[in-house]
Formats: sequence, structure tokens, C-alpha cells
Amino acid sequence: MTPERSSTSLAVKMDKVSKAFGGVKALDEVNLEIRSGEIHALLGGNGAGKSTILKVLRGVHTADSGVIEIEGKPVIQHSTEAAQKAGIGMIFQEMSLIPTLTVAQNIFLTNEYKDSLGLIDDKTAISKSRELFKDLGVNINPRAYVDELSAGQRQLTEIVKAISQNTRVLILDEPSTALTSDEVDRLFEFLHHLKERGTAVVYVSHRMDEIMRIADRATILRDGRNVITAPISELTIELIIEHIIGVKSGGLSDIERKPVSRGKLLLELKNASGKHRPKNINLAVHAGEVIGVAGLLGSGRSALARLLFGLDPLVSGSIFIAGKKVNLRKPKDAIDQGIALIPEDRLHQGVVIDHSVEENISLSVMDRLSKYGWVSMRRAVENANKQIFDLRIKTPSYRTIVRNLSGGNQQKIVLGKWLASEPRVLILDEPTAGIDIGSKSEIIALVRQLASDGCAVILISSELPELLAACDNIIVMKDGEIVRTIERHELDSPESNNSGASTDLQYAEKKFQQALQEAHQ
Amino acid sequence: MSNPVSDEARPTLLGWIQSSWRQNIIYLGFIIIFMFFAITLGDKGFLSSINLLNIIRQTAMISVMAVAMTFVLAAGEIDLSVGAVAGLASVTTAMGMDIGGVPFGIFAGLSTGLLVGMLNGLLSTKIGIPSFLTTLAMMGIAKGVAMWISSTKAVPILSEGYAWFFGGGSIGPIPVLLFWTLSFCVVGQLVLKRTTFGRFVLSSGGNETAARYSGINTSAIKFRVLVMTSMAAAVAGMLYAGRLQSGRFQLGEGDELSVIAAAVLGGTSLFGGKGTVIGSIMGALMIGLINNGLILMGLEFSQQLIARGGIIILAVAISQNRK
Repeated sequence: MTPERSSTSLAVKMDKVSKAFGGVKALDEVNLEIRSGEIHALLGGNGAGKSTILKVLRGVHTADSGVIEIEGKPVIQHSTEAAQKAGIGMIFQEMSLIPTLTVAQNIFLTNEYKDSLGLIDDKTAISKSRELFKDLGVNINPRAYVDELSAGQRQLTEIVKAISQNTRVLILDEPSTALTSDEVDRLFEFLHHLKERGTAVVYVSHRMDEIMRIADRATILRDGRNVITAPISELTIELIIEHIIGVKSGGLSDIERKPVSRGKLLLELKNASGKHRPKNINLAVHAGEVIGVAGLLGSGRSALARLLFGLDPLVSGSIFIAGKKVNLRKPKDAIDQGIALIPEDRLHQGVVIDHSVEENISLSVMDRLSKYGWVSMRRAVENANKQIFDLRIKTPSYRTIVRNLSGGNQQKIVLGKWLASEPRVLILDEPTAGIDIGSKSEIIALVRQLASDGCAVILISSELPELLAACDNIIVMKDGEIVRTIERHELDSPESNNSGASTDLQYAEKKFQQALQEAHQ
Repeated sequence: MSNPVSDEARPTLLGWIQSSWRQNIIYLGFIIIFMFFAITLGDKGFLSSINLLNIIRQTAMISVMAVAMTFVLAAGEIDLSVGAVAGLASVTTAMGMDIGGVPFGIFAGLSTGLLVGMLNGLLSTKIGIPSFLTTLAMMGIAKGVAMWISSTKAVPILSEGYAWFFGGGSIGPIPVLLFWTLSFCVVGQLVLKRTTFGRFVLSSGGNETAARYSGINTSAIKFRVLVMTSMAAAVAGMLYAGRLQSGRFQLGEGDELSVIAAAVLGGTSLFGGKGTVIGSIMGALMIGLINNGLILMGLEFSQQLIARGGIIILAVAISQNRK
């Protein structure tokens, strides 16, 4: 690769870009070069600076120092409008389509076609959308309302919208989180298509397998600095993780999974059916046990969690906690029984984002931190600091507003909030979605720790390595019912001598997929 | 940067000023406006203790209601009926006193607030009508009832004791209304910042779903804050009645806007999750200060309205976060 060639084909060149927020250095002379027609993975742990550098590129933040060039032209006054004009488009984790408008209306939002009277011309918009979709090999009805679309279709619509605005550099931030594996395949196919047209794609994801599959090159950041930029062919997953974490190992497979020491029966469901999905659930979870829940989105996994936490009413059957039949009508009832739920949607269900770390951690244990309704600030701060220390939450202080922390640390705050309540039964719904591999391992290790301390744990997850690392048995749900229970020993390869230590991941995965296939037939 | 845990930058003084000056703009604004009037109107008696105590007297009712409004707004709700409820309570208090003496009058006034508040609360939580609409409708109903039962006439209050305690009196040079303002301020601030109830109010407004998932009964919180504003409005109405020695349906008319403006000026978010009682009181005093200064300047009522609106817009615009 000669220097001339690379400089002409550079879509984005960011040189020694620095950015600080209220004294915290988020970016420290970071370089990022993205070529036209490549898929470039941007990797790093939470707080590594990925979001910040992308927001600088997108014009949301202004860099304190450094130079940005887009297609060879230096950018002087950077703003979101300027970035968009220069051809930079970003697909956010939170989708930005308007659900009550049609696909075509969304694509041309703010760029509407007008007829001779200056009125909006939906017909042209529809036919133009159809052309775009055809060009890009996407099959979506432009007349459909966005709220009728699946998550994957929405994502594609959003990308097509960006492309229609002459986007030359497309930034995708965790695009696969809400997608099924089929939809991910379709997305990847589509991204290849864009790449061939010369679009530069920046891909941010915590899912290593996706990175290995799709990226051409990768840039890894840590603590706001460059670690390495290299072609993906020169990297392995292990190497990437090492660069992200900064120390060797720390992967999921190294988490110690002590042999099960079942305590007493803590949670039992007998023919329990909820108002929504869960039907005739029979389940027993003992102290010290981690039960994994697998299944597709909409299979009733989260509804089971909601049922157990008193958010959805029990329609028939019964729930027993430590042998006693309980009536869980509201979350408070569940909390009083020692049940805690780490909800699926951290931002909407987990934290009050504009409140401080302490206020969030205190919220579920206000009873214990107060007397006659008066909050003891001393105890509240002690409790918060304990959780910050125990969970290694990276925050300047307990006063810090949660919005200013990274996703992994926000999730740890949700955990801390519930661990403070010393639960007997802990339910975690996709606890590691969208957080980096380092925090992921920490959270899974913590789950094991809690179980061996005598907690009964239910772990809902779409990620097999996570389920394998944490769980004793795994139940598979489909249409609200438990269709299969996969016993741990079914997944252990015959060679591994039941020491409980590392599992043969490939063997386990094969076995697990087989079991899933059987279950879904 | 090798050890990220210990190397997290600590907030610096400069950082603190940068991040929180907007929240505290009310104090700065208060001082600037005060200085401005002190310099330009010093010779017209602005700084005289009589005038300053008058400002306290005139704003006490707004302050009392602003304390409760802080809770409603912090919980992500709103109460537009406070002004009309104050008027209604002034009438029921005066009429109650006519029937059964001072104690019954006080009972009637407080019951009025409780009843309206419970109605607002039930309609907003059980039936699920947004509090904006519930209280908008209640504003008309309360005013209508007040006009109806009083036949639109002022109902006189004859008890000197009541009039002294509820607004008219003073201890030495200090008006009783100052004590009302102070006690609402202190109690409100403590309840909002130091009790579980206050925490739950702020959390419900900050993220209702997360609050519910944390085991907080957010409906009960909404219900209670709506009862609080109506009760505070009833107290304000009783203070109006005491000060003017009569109950009239016009008392408190239009106060809801001053009260909401006071809270917002003081840094309370209209979208919930954020608020301070002291800020709201400062907001109320600032509005009183502006009114007083504009009158002393000799502006006509029409000009006062325009100037007041402009100052409030300016203050709120500065206190809003960019974007």
C-alpha cells in the first residue's frame, strides 16, 4: 500500500484528536483513519472513547484539539449539519425513526419531495424509496408504517435513509443488539453491498464473532488512547480482548464454575401462567444454583421475569418462595420476598439517568437507609461507596450523574442497586447487552459469586458463552412455555473430567445448538 | 492512565462552576435584579424596610404554593388548579367561620384543599387523565363553585385573631406571613431532600419506569403530590382571606402561572426529576421583587405585564441547558 494510494482513498482522517469533559480526558490524541470501501471496526471497553470519537466525527461534540479531514478536505467549523453535508451518517443504538410515519415518509423526512404547488408529494417519495430499496437489495414496503416493521427492517430503513442523504461514511453503533441472527445475516449482506459501492462503514460492536466476520480493519482504543490499528486478518479474538482490557486473559471461559452445591429450594413455580406469555411454567431454583433461560426474543423470557417480579399478574398456578406460597401483585411484594430483577432495558427500566450514582443505588433500599421516613445520608453514602468499591464502578464520586458514566458502569449501578437489597432470588435479564467484554466477565463472575453465597439466580441471555460460563442448567423457552431443559452434563465434553473448570466451548456450543434445534421442532 | 480506577479525574472547582452555574442562576439573577432596583430606585423607597417587608407579604402566598408545586413538577406532573383552589378555599373558610366559628372555618378551608386534591389525584392516577387536563378542568370547576356558593360576593371575616394569624398580623415589625413562608420553605426543603418520600418523588419524575421497577408505587406518589398542591393552595387561600379579612372567588386568580414560573425560575424541571424548594422560594421572591420594582418605577400595569414577561423569559432561557 503506497502512501499516495492510501491518502487518496481515505474517507476520514482524524489526527491527534483530544477531548475532555469537565476535567476528564475522554480522548487523548486519538488517530483514526477510515478508507473508502472498507468496513472498519472500532473497538474498546466502556469508557475507552469510542462513542466520543464518533460523536466528534458526527459533529455532536467539538474536539478540543486535533485535525479532521473528510475525503481529503480539512474540516474547520464542525457541526452536525456540516458533518451531514460532508457525507457522515450515524445510525444510533436508539433508533431515530418516527413510528407513526411510513417508511417513505421517514426516509425523506426534512427532504420531502414537493409538487408544483409546494405541497408534499408522497407518491414520488414512495417510488424513489422503492428505487433505493431495489438498488440496495432490500425488501421493505415503502408504504408500511414504521411501527409495523421488525427491528431488523427498521435498522435497514434507517441505513437506507442515511444512504439517501448521500452518506459516504456510515457509522453503526451496536447495530445488531436488537436483531435476530437471520436479520444480522441480512444486515451484513447489505453492508457488503454498501462497501462495494465505495461507502466507508464504521462498525462498533461488543460481539467479537461479528467483528471477525465482517470487518476489514480494526482500531482499538483504551482509556481514550490508540492501542492499535490493524487488518482484521492479523488479529485473533484473544488478541483483541487483550488489547481492549489491557491485561492478559479475563475471558469468559476462565471464570471458575465450582461444582453445584445445591442449598434449599428457594424459588418454585407450579403450573404458573402469566397474563402475557408464560404458560404452565414448572421450575425449581435452589440456593447456589444458576438457571439459564434461553430462547428467542418474544419467547416469553422477559415475561417470566416480569411475572416473578410482580409486574405482570399471575393468572393461574402458584409461586413459592422458600417453601411459602406468595402473592406477588406489585414489585414491592417481590422485593419484600427478597426477589431482585436486573431489567432488560437499562436506560428505561434500570436507572434514573439524570440522578446521581448514590441516588440510584439507594432507590431500592430506601427502607434500610432511613428511619421514620428520614434518609440517613451517612448510611446512603456508605452503602453507595460500598457498591462502588465492591463492583469496581468507575466513577469520580458517588455524586456523579449517571448519564456521564459508560454503559458498563451504568449496568454495574443497576446491579449495585439490587445487590444492596441482599436478594435471595436474583433475576438478570440480558445483563451484559451492549457492554464490553471486560465488564461482561466481571458481571458473570459476580453472578457465580452470588450463587455460591447462597443466592438462587435466573439468568436470561441470548449469548451462549455467557450462559455456559454462568449456568448450571439451562431452560429453553418457546411461545411462553419451557420446551426443554438442558442439563449441564449434556454440554460437557466426555474428555473434560468433570472438574468443573473450563468447558470445551466448541463442544458445548454444538450440543447446545442441537438441543435448541430439537426444542424448536 | 495506566490505572484507570485511581486516575479518574476528580471534579475540579472550575468544572463544578461550569456544570452547575446554570442551575444556580436564580441566586445570581436575584442579586443582580435587587442591585439594579436598589441603585435606580433607592431614592423612591425601594430599600426601606417597609417596602422590603411588603414584598415578603405580597409573595407569601405564591411562595407557599411554589413549595408544593416543586413536588408536583419534580414528580413529572403539573397542577394548574392552585389559583382557583386558593380562591375557593378563601370562600369556604369565610363561610365556615360564619357557621361554626374559627376552628370550623379552618377545617372547611383545609377540607376544601384535601377534597380537590384527592379528586385531582384519583382522576390522574385511577382514570389516567393527564394531570395537565385534570387540573385544567378543576380550575374551572373550583372557580365556578366559589362563585356559586358565594353568589360572587365577598364573604367577610370578622375574627381579628384569625386575620392576625393567617396573614394580617405581625410580630414587632416582622409580618406573620414571613413565618409562613419560612416554615413552608424549611419543611419543604427537608421533605424533598432528606426523606424517602422526597427521593421517591424525584425518582418518579426522573424515570417513572425505573422507579416502578425499584418497587416504588408511582401512582401513590402522584396522588400524594397532587393532594399536597391543593392543600398548599388552600392554605394560600386562607392567607389571602386573613390578609383581606374576607373570602372572595377572585383571590388567587392567575396565581398558577406565577407559581409555576417561580418553580421553573428556581431550577425545577417541567419534565420532572429535578427541583429545589429553596430555588422555588427564590423564584417567587424574584417575581415579587420585579413586580414591586416595576410599580415603583411608575410603569403602567400594561407595561408591567410586558416587562415582567420579558424578564421571566430571559431568566428561564439562561437557566435552561443548551440543547
